[in-house]
Amino acid sequence: MTAIDRILFGDNQFFGVNHMSEEKARAQQMRFRDTEAIISVLDRAYDRGIRSFMCTTHDEIGKIADYVAANPTKYEGFKFLPGMPYAHKYANMVGEMGMVDTLKALTPGGLVDAMVRGAKSTVTRDLNELMTMLVDAEMARFSQVDTPVVFLQNVVADMVLGLRSYDLLGAFAEHVKSQFGAEAGFFTMNMPLMVDALHSVGIEEPIVCCNYNKIGFRMSGGIEAYDRALAEKPMRCIAMSVLASGAIPPAEALEWVCERPGIESIVFGASSDANIASTVGLINDFDQRRLTPA
Amino acid sequence: MYRIGLVGVGKMGVSHLAIAQAHPKLDCVAVCDSQAFVLAGIRSQLGLETYRSFETMIAEANLDGVIISTPTSSHVTLAKQALVAGLAVFVEKPLTLSAADSQELAAIAAEHNLANQVGYHNRFIGTFRETQRLVEAGAIGEVHHIDGRAFGQVITQPQGGGRTWRAKKAEGGGCLHDYACHVIDLMNFVAGTPSEITGARLGQVHSTAVEDTVYALFNYPNGAVGTLETNWSDEAYRKMTTSVTVYGTHGKIFADRQECRLFLKPGHSFEKFDSGWNIRYITELQEPVSFYLRGEEYSAQLDHFAEALAGNPSPEAGTFATAADADWVVEQIAAVHASGPAPVATGAPATVEPPTKDQLVAAAKHYGAQAVGSAKALANAVGTKLKGLRS
Ligand SMILES: NC(=O)c1ccc[n+]([C@@H]2O[C@H](COP(=O)([O-])OP(=O)(O)OC[C@H]3O[C@@H](n4cnc5c(N)ncnc54)[C@H](O)[C@@H]3O)[C@@H](O)[C@H]2O)c1
Repeated sequence: MTAIDRILFGDNQFFGVNHMSEEKARAQQMRFRDTEAIISVLDRAYDRGIRSFMCTTHDEIGKIADYVAANPTKYEGFKFLPGMPYAHKYANMVGEMGMVDTLKALTPGGLVDAMVRGAKSTVTRDLNELMTMLVDAEMARFSQVDTPVVFLQNVVADMVLGLRSYDLLGAFAEHVKSQFGAEAGFFTMNMPLMVDALHSVGIEEPIVCCNYNKIGFRMSGGIEAYDRALAEKPMRCIAMSVLASGAIPPAEALEWVCERPGIESIVFGASSDANIASTVGLINDFDQRRLTPA
Repeated sequence: MYRIGLVGVGKMGVSHLAIAQAHPKLDCVAVCDSQAFVLAGIRSQLGLETYRSFETMIAEANLDGVIISTPTSSHVTLAKQALVAGLAVFVEKPLTLSAADSQELAAIAAEHNLANQVGYHNRFIGTFRETQRLVEAGAIGEVHHIDGRAFGQVITQPQGGGRTWRAKKAEGGGCLHDYACHVIDLMNFVAGTPSEITGARLGQVHSTAVEDTVYALFNYPNGAVGTLETNWSDEAYRKMTTSVTVYGTHGKIFADRQECRLFLKPGHSFEKFDSGWNIRYITELQEPVSFYLRGEEYSAQLDHFAEALAGNPSPEAGTFATAADADWVVEQIAAVHASGPAPVATGAPATVEPPTKDQLVAAAKHYGAQAVGSAKALANAVGTKLKGLRS
């Protein structure tokens, strides 16, 4: 089993994603217009001891992967934990081009043509092949860096969960293992359900990344259901949105999450050295306090 | 458990299907689509009953209700068939392409006392709900101006929407029917239906057969003014961004997906809010849902459909009647535009040839996606390289 670092660094702050305010999101996007600005923040995080970058497969991240690969000594031990797909681009394509042309555009080799013509007996196989091809395409930009865990984004993972097509989750896990020697991870907004689904396809201790915050924001089923699942079901849980997009003050938010021993890792995003340092410091302090007998 | 049939498994339909299947009171047991390969996928992956014919589905599947998420031009026929068969109906927005058709559907649903709802999901977003509540409760006094906006990148290239229904006026394509209707319904939700459309212009950015922008001016019965601005070819927005601002004699309210900001003029207060800015965020205003996909509002609206099936509809949800009001505004905007100077041609759809392989590859690149082609070989090469790197 791959060890996952206690603290992971996220990338929302670089791409104009802010669940609380469009204005903040825009301001951040302006700041991180170029790759260099992102790299300089990553360097601060590295200096503070962070070794894992949980990222999307945004084009910009490809450039960062190239840079890290080109500077192996500077980034000793640095890992990428990519989450795919970068869903907006596919959603935009489907909206503008339609489902069929989108699939054809993605697979000009003719796979989809064959599917649309209706070789029905092979639909499941074709879908699996399509999935693996899309994964491989998104992974291509990480070919020179270490990627111990590869995540499926929640838009897709939770869609598949809702559809109860759990086999596809299993197929994803098998593929990233066989093709990239990586463990599969799953983003989800429905953690208790997701863990059950993953168990049902034979993933015994699934890696799941879900919201975990004191106000229960986007924790479907509620905090109690999450705590119960965490206590009772084997999983490796990464907490995200710990600050609930800023709705909870950092110290209070981190203390609350650090009190949950079942949570293996915490992912956070920050753009300034001061915020990186204080978040890392707080997590370390709270962890220390929990581990030190009173 | 209510037995649901879903027709139209496209972008929106698949999302409804996933949410319905995760819902404790809804069970989607049958699916209808006009494309065989879609149905083959549904059968093999999900094991659901599939139908090419909607009529056969409602005749055979023993349903309580249907979800209609086909392109808009087909809504009226499908909804009518379902209502006549005595089924509850959830239809994607806009309800139909004609206010008269929508009113007729509303009348049939009312006559047979059937649950009916339209997928105007903004009504289920906490910030917009709070705005509606505050306006209705008189927090900002008498309303004199309502401003609704939406921007996003739906059509981003010449011939965008090329071969899809979105580029065809007759099928419900264009920014007015597909995009602006969301804002119109939201404005109606918050401030009531306008009495008159006094000005309207449709414009084009990329499209040739439909409009990409909609601007309009409304009058309300109390003399208030409405302004509408929508543009679905604005690449500055990562995804659809909708907002509404309401101005009243005591203050104003701005709301988008993330926040609800109430400003009260000096000397005014309301409930716990004092004069000046009172800003609250979605984290505080959104009711949680039992299953989350893409946003609470999509689950919340199907939750409501289940409640409506049980005989407990809520007044805030969009019904056929409120959707008919939105369709009336849409229709008026089109008419006012057409009566203005040099209307943009929005008639015959451009005939678009199927794209060549090169065009498709270029298109994928335009969106920042990579074509994977027959590149099993490429994938294998990448994988081998990685394994080498790791060992
Ligand atoms: N609420 C929202 O935010 C939102 C977003 C997107 C679309 N929509 C609405 O949803 C509807 C569908 O849009 P979409 O983007 O999902 O379209 P789409 O083109 O992705 O999917 C439409 C599906 O319907 C099928 N279909 C077409 N005509 C049919 C018929 N007569 N019988 C059975 N199946 C048929 C097609 O094969 C396709 O699978 C539209 O009314 C649109 O306005 C709403």
